[in-house]
Amino acid sequence: MLAKQDAECFHCGLPVPADTTYKVYIQKVKRPMCCPGCQAVAQAIVAGGMEDYYSYRTENAEQGQELVPEFLQQTLAYDLDAVQDSFVRHNENEAGDIREADLILEGITCAACIWLNERHIAALTGVKNIVVNYSTHRARLEWDNEQIKLSKILEAISQIGYLAHPYDPTRQQQLFEDERKQQIKRLGLAAVLGMQVMMIAVALYLGDYFGMEAQYEKFFYWISLGLTLPVMLYSAQPFFRTAINDLKHGQAGMDVPVSIGISVAFAGSVWSTFNGHGEVYYDSVVMFVFFLLTGRYFELVARKKSAESADALIHSTPAVAMRVENDKEKMLPVAELKLGDIVRVKPGEIFPADGIVIEGRSSVDESLLTGESLPVPITVNGNVIGGSINIDSPLLVKVEKLGQDTVLSGVLRLLERAQTEKPTITRLADKTAGWFVLGVLVLAVGVAAYWWGHDGAAWLPVTIAVLVVTCPCALSLATPTAVTAATSRLTSQGLLTTRGHALETLAKTTHFIFDKTGTLTHGQLDLQSVRCLSSASRERCLQWAAALERSSEHPVAKAICHAAETNVKSAENIINTPGAGLTGMIDGEQFWLGTPSYIQANTHITVSEDELKRLRDEGHSVVALADSKRCHALFALGDRVRDGATELITQLTLSGLQVVLLSGDHQQTVEAVARQVGIEDWQAECLPADKLSAVKTLQAQGAVVAMVGDGINDAPVLAAAQVSIAMASGTQLAAASADMLLLSTDLLSISTGRDVAKRMMWIIRQNIIWAIGYNVIALPAAALGFVAPWMAAIGMSASSLIVVGNALRLLRKPSK
Amino acid sequence: MEILYLLVPLAMLIVALMVVVFFWAVRSGQFDDLEGPAHRIIMDDDRPDISDEDKLDKDKK
Repeated sequence: MLAKQDAECFHCGLPVPADTTYKVYIQKVKRPMCCPGCQAVAQAIVAGGMEDYYSYRTENAEQGQELVPEFLQQTLAYDLDAVQDSFVRHNENEAGDIREADLILEGITCAACIWLNERHIAALTGVKNIVVNYSTHRARLEWDNEQIKLSKILEAISQIGYLAHPYDPTRQQQLFEDERKQQIKRLGLAAVLGMQVMMIAVALYLGDYFGMEAQYEKFFYWISLGLTLPVMLYSAQPFFRTAINDLKHGQAGMDVPVSIGISVAFAGSVWSTFNGHGEVYYDSVVMFVFFLLTGRYFELVARKKSAESADALIHSTPAVAMRVENDKEKMLPVAELKLGDIVRVKPGEIFPADGIVIEGRSSVDESLLTGESLPVPITVNGNVIGGSINIDSPLLVKVEKLGQDTVLSGVLRLLERAQTEKPTITRLADKTAGWFVLGVLVLAVGVAAYWWGHDGAAWLPVTIAVLVVTCPCALSLATPTAVTAATSRLTSQGLLTTRGHALETLAKTTHFIFDKTGTLTHGQLDLQSVRCLSSASRERCLQWAAALERSSEHPVAKAICHAAETNVKSAENIINTPGAGLTGMIDGEQFWLGTPSYIQANTHITVSEDELKRLRDEGHSVVALADSKRCHALFALGDRVRDGATELITQLTLSGLQVVLLSGDHQQTVEAVARQVGIEDWQAECLPADKLSAVKTLQAQGAVVAMVGDGINDAPVLAAAQVSIAMASGTQLAAASADMLLLSTDLLSISTGRDVAKRMMWIIRQNIIWAIGYNVIALPAAALGFVAPWMAAIGMSASSLIVVGNALRLLRKPSK
Repeated sequence: MEILYLLVPLAMLIVALMVVVFFWAVRSGQFDDLEGPAHRIIMDDDRPDISDEDKLDKDKK
């Protein structure tokens, strides 16, 4: 009964294909599963007595993967001491062989995953301790190597549907961690001392009204000074450092008036404290520092998140390789490979380095680098790229390039360069803001000079009143509060902003450039249609095809088997010709399945050219099925367009934006997708460099380019575009260099993002107009000496509150 | 009101102690994961009723 109602997989939430019978009893109810992978994972969870996971979780799990023996063999390599050297710490204080390592866990979607992993792993004998960090998705594992091997632990983690890689913190990562800790310390110190200063300030304010004995007032001044000093010396350090840096480079960033404001207010207060009369502004100083630090901290956390995904990518390239020497195979760390070594790469494995094939025929999945969705056939003397995946059959590869020289590292360097180019645009925005700031400062100096000449005693209170009243509080809050509000509003919609400027630029965007594979499409080969050419039914043809393909790992085979589902026949004597097709006996009759030319070569049956052309024009790759007499069916395979892609393009076009599709895929495939989603301007077979130059050309014409993509090949382009949005489900590196990440599967969030960005810009403009308008009134009043510093403080706070309140309107969803 | 001369410095002492404890907490990794513990507390490690049933189920098999 439940099976019919829930068309979703209970484990991962994906739709359950019709006619599947995967079920698991969870909490006494029969739950539907979408695939054997999810079924296996769910069974493992239930068998471990951890069904509670399903009641605790707030997000669906990732789709379970069926474990390939090759993957398990890879984890075995992590038991080798030579491989462990880089990431394992030996704990010598305790008896036995206690080892400790950090692991990165892939597939964590909510807090219940942590609970599940901790319980599952802690139950293994030999595991001393496991603690999973929810924020970083990292696990600290301690185990007794005499009782359990690391590979067993990794295998146990994969049984419940997660993937674990050993984590070897880079130096940069370590620095980041220290930076974050220091920020927390600065923030905490400012908060604790700020509270004390505010408490004393309240006493002083009341003293102003009701009278206070001079000795106590003086005492409180000194106490406040003592409390503010650490805040100035420690917490406010980052502002001073940036301000000094800015001044050295002849710019005026927001940190300059901030630093001058707090320094002057502090210096004035110290002066009053020593003299025993005048105003003190310690409370303004500490509160200002505290609020600004809070903002900075959240910014750092967002940046850290994006840096971590890049880290995960580096560790997903293989750590070990199988070297063949004098017909003997030896597993060794990739770092120990030398040029000219021969390595064996099995199907499903990742090439450890660039090289040349010296034995074997196979096909290679290079989608990570080229965006090409179909595997590329490869034979002897063909070049393979490190990081791509071997699909069909084992290959012997001679290593030609290693480490820094590989294509992958080259792309990474390209990315780095593109990233360093970026700040030029940002700097321009800073400069304009700088002029305004400079104006305020000049004015303050002028006011001080005027009053110095006219009324020597009043110059300090008046100048401080000017600085406090115009204290860039409202001005410097105008933008960040709106950005924060817009960011959190979008985060709830699954669009994560990782750079401060992203929304600002998104609002100004004139061109949207899309990548195809994995962005507008799912990036997975699927059976699109079956064209029956004989009397055999569609189901029958699919069953024949699935029988032939059942044992193959090729994406085409997977797509066909997935579509066939049930009652698959069995085939015998299967002979596979990599890159072309396969043949085998089904019920005593020989069948061929493969490219039309393969069919023709083996059976002398020609496939109708018109039919082929029609399917290929739709962007599909075609596989034909034939027996010795006739051709039974044509299977059209292609990449499915994501839900919402067409609506997104329509919405963007309607708002007057130019939409461009740049893809590394074949002409016909790209054309078909472009036509389907309604993009008129498209370009196929683009190399990363082509995409980059296309973006540069548009930018040279004054366009503001937003790039939506995924895949390593997109990374340089993502960085070069003024604003970049990456699909977080895609390659992690793209995510690392992107300004925004789309975490949800709903593409329409992108157009929502643009709407919110535009509203944000409008609110920022309102805020700035308010802040300037307020200054225009308050500044002359203060400069003329009509405003007492306490009035200035109230005015400043009220003005800031209005700005913040206005920004909070962004959190509301617009009523339609 | 002379008592202020004693109470306020005393308060400062407590504040100083707070700061020291806070810095220690940051250094010892208390702030490394700010989200996990909030969820962890509502997930029981052992629910006797459930696990007993499980055992019964397994015995039957």
